[in-house]
Amino acid sequence: MAKPIVMPQMGYDMTEGTILRWLKREGERVERGEPIAEIETDKVNLEIESFDSGVLLQLVAQEGQTVPVGQPIAIIGEPGERVEAGTAPAVAAADGKARRHERAEQPVGVPVSEVTGAVGDRAPGERVRASPLVRRLAAEHGIDLSRLRGSGPGGRIVKEDLLPLIGRPAAVPEAAPVGVVTPVGPSVPVGPPPPEVAPAPVLLGLPEFELVDLSRMRQTIARRMAESHQQAPHFYVTTVVEMDAALALRQQINAEIEDDAEKVTVTDVLVKACALALRTHRGLNASIVGTQLRLYKRIDIAIAVAVENGLITPFIVDADHKPLGEIARISKDLIRRARTGELRPEEYQGGTFTVSNLGMYGLVEHFTAIINPPQAAILAVGSIVTEPVYRDDGTLVPAQRMRMTLSTDHRVADGVAAARFLAEVKHLLEHPLLLLVR
Amino acid sequence: MAREITYRDALREALREEMYRDERVFLMGEDIGHYGGSYAVTRGFLQEFGPERVRDTPIAELGIVGAGIGAAIGGLRPVVEIMTINFSLLAIDQIVNHAAKLHYMFNGQFSAPVVIRTAAGFGQLGATHSQTFEHWYAHVPGLRVVMPAVPKDAKGFLKSAIRGNDPVIFIEHSLIYRNRGEVPDDEDFLLPLEGAEVRREGTDVTLVSWSRGYYLALGAAEELAREGIECEVIDLRVLRPLDLDTVVRSVQKTNRLVVVEEGWRTLAMGAEIAAAVQEQAFDYLDAPVARVGSLEVPMPYARNLERLVVPNKDRVVEAVRQVLYRRQSVSVS
Repeated sequence: MAKPIVMPQMGYDMTEGTILRWLKREGERVERGEPIAEIETDKVNLEIESFDSGVLLQLVAQEGQTVPVGQPIAIIGEPGERVEAGTAPAVAAADGKARRHERAEQPVGVPVSEVTGAVGDRAPGERVRASPLVRRLAAEHGIDLSRLRGSGPGGRIVKEDLLPLIGRPAAVPEAAPVGVVTPVGPSVPVGPPPPEVAPAPVLLGLPEFELVDLSRMRQTIARRMAESHQQAPHFYVTTVVEMDAALALRQQINAEIEDDAEKVTVTDVLVKACALALRTHRGLNASIVGTQLRLYKRIDIAIAVAVENGLITPFIVDADHKPLGEIARISKDLIRRARTGELRPEEYQGGTFTVSNLGMYGLVEHFTAIINPPQAAILAVGSIVTEPVYRDDGTLVPAQRMRMTLSTDHRVADGVAAARFLAEVKHLLEHPLLLLVR
Repeated sequence: MAREITYRDALREALREEMYRDERVFLMGEDIGHYGGSYAVTRGFLQEFGPERVRDTPIAELGIVGAGIGAAIGGLRPVVEIMTINFSLLAIDQIVNHAAKLHYMFNGQFSAPVVIRTAAGFGQLGATHSQTFEHWYAHVPGLRVVMPAVPKDAKGFLKSAIRGNDPVIFIEHSLIYRNRGEVPDDEDFLLPLEGAEVRREGTDVTLVSWSRGYYLALGAAEELAREGIECEVIDLRVLRPLDLDTVVRSVQKTNRLVVVEEGWRTLAMGAEIAAAVQEQAFDYLDAPVARVGSLEVPMPYARNLERLVVPNKDRVVEAVRQVLYRRQSVSVS
């Protein structure tokens, strides 16, 4: 029987994908697991595979077309089978639901609301019922309503259903932009302000400007960082670490290692130190969910990787159990593929703690980072600087010092917990042999 | 300073003060002199101001209103009383075709600054005496239609109506004459004859009503507040010109609207408000606009049946729950 192939959800914040290229043509035979198309999401380009064997009866989506998650992109079936109108959306929704279940079993990186809020068993051909308010909010927040089931009459999606997905009260009326001048004549009817202002207005007191569309990745960064900074009350604890011993050890290791892929970077040392410290400070390897804390049973350290006009945070799974060499090998591979757009969603959707190292970018003495939600903390690391330091015996010696700042979600942990964790990281870095034995 | 007085006394004060202030002001209507008015608003006025200024008339509404309009054109400041709004139908030609249009048709050479006081209401008055027609007049350009709910508005509006140059349909309500409220101690206390008022702030749903309906809305809001539902209650106060801005702003905040009116819903104020709100705040609505009104039958005389016909607090509460999706849809009339 003919069934649709839908736009898969490759990660919890993916709401739509763009067909870059079809790898199969209409009428062509496809085996289960065979790649059929290349798609582009907010973060990466990837190939999607068919879940069934059969013949591609119809390519529903064209190359370049953006399709919401769960909507059909193609129909697969037996040779000569007829494609029935109306069957597609129903099966599409059911398929989408099944795939979300697979993701829900993964403990990391899937916010509860996204899973529980999305129930898409809509009857064949049934349109999405949603209040006008919900449609506006969904458009503003890039939420695909076809994935939701409403609690209102006849399954209408209402404000209550949407709020958990956008995480902010929706009732705030938007005031007309201040200082916006629109070219209107004198006989403007007196009434409520028009809801929309004409495009490309002149802003009082500001020079002319051009409007540039944000890339998908920038939109995602903007949304997630704003969400994090608004919802997670951040506090910051800074310390300074002497890195002479760690740098010496790193040099020693790298001198002995022939394979460039295994050579250890300062970031790798930081990843290992943070992972080991989280073992004894489990409270920071966590996410807050309503009135509960998710304490993760595995330590996955994400690293912030700068890519062209953006940022992505692939993570090293089970980092505390991996030797430095393996961390080095994995992180090099992740960073390389992050820059070529080849990361798979499961490589960056998740992580339980993030290290952001700007040390290599000139003299960044110190900075603070925004927590990577739904994580509880992020470590921001500055450059290593040679500074004069007084030893206990009063002598003045040069030391290679590095400042690092831990941003912590105050809902999850308090200052003392953050300070203790940071002291542990500092201790490990200043006694780097511990990184080799634990 | 302010005193707490009844709605009736607020009207009496407004009339007395304006009659003392301006000798052109006079009253005309059925049983307003010797009898003191059907709702006792002008009791004692005949003795105080004399038969020249407090004129009992025959039962002839068309004539009363016509004479009032003529006196107004001639420079006087008549306050005409139509016993109840049901009888105003007899005068509707004078109101709609003359009072509302003179200023416009004669390019401002004449105005008809007449105030037509009348009362809505019910209470075992039968099918022909229990009707609600404020929206009939609110339909007509050239009229101001006010329907105050509280004593302060009753006084401030009536004084402004008498002093102003527009024909004003001033609609009272038989069941709120004894309601009390604060009124400023000021013989020149005037209120502009426009603008709704948010009388209770809330976040979850907007209740719009006027006159006695405002008290139903307020009662429902207080009951719902005990469940944690916060209603914003708007007293419309003036039905023409209609202050939609206040309603739209509120709906933008609460996303839900219930209009409470005493009459039949078909083609009435609630219909107009619902239409205007979907025009101006469509993207803010989380539920269809609900309207609470009377059942669409002639008013029965029997008390038990009458109670079934007119809107009550429970029906308002039910409508609020409906727009909040707190309960499965129940038909609300």
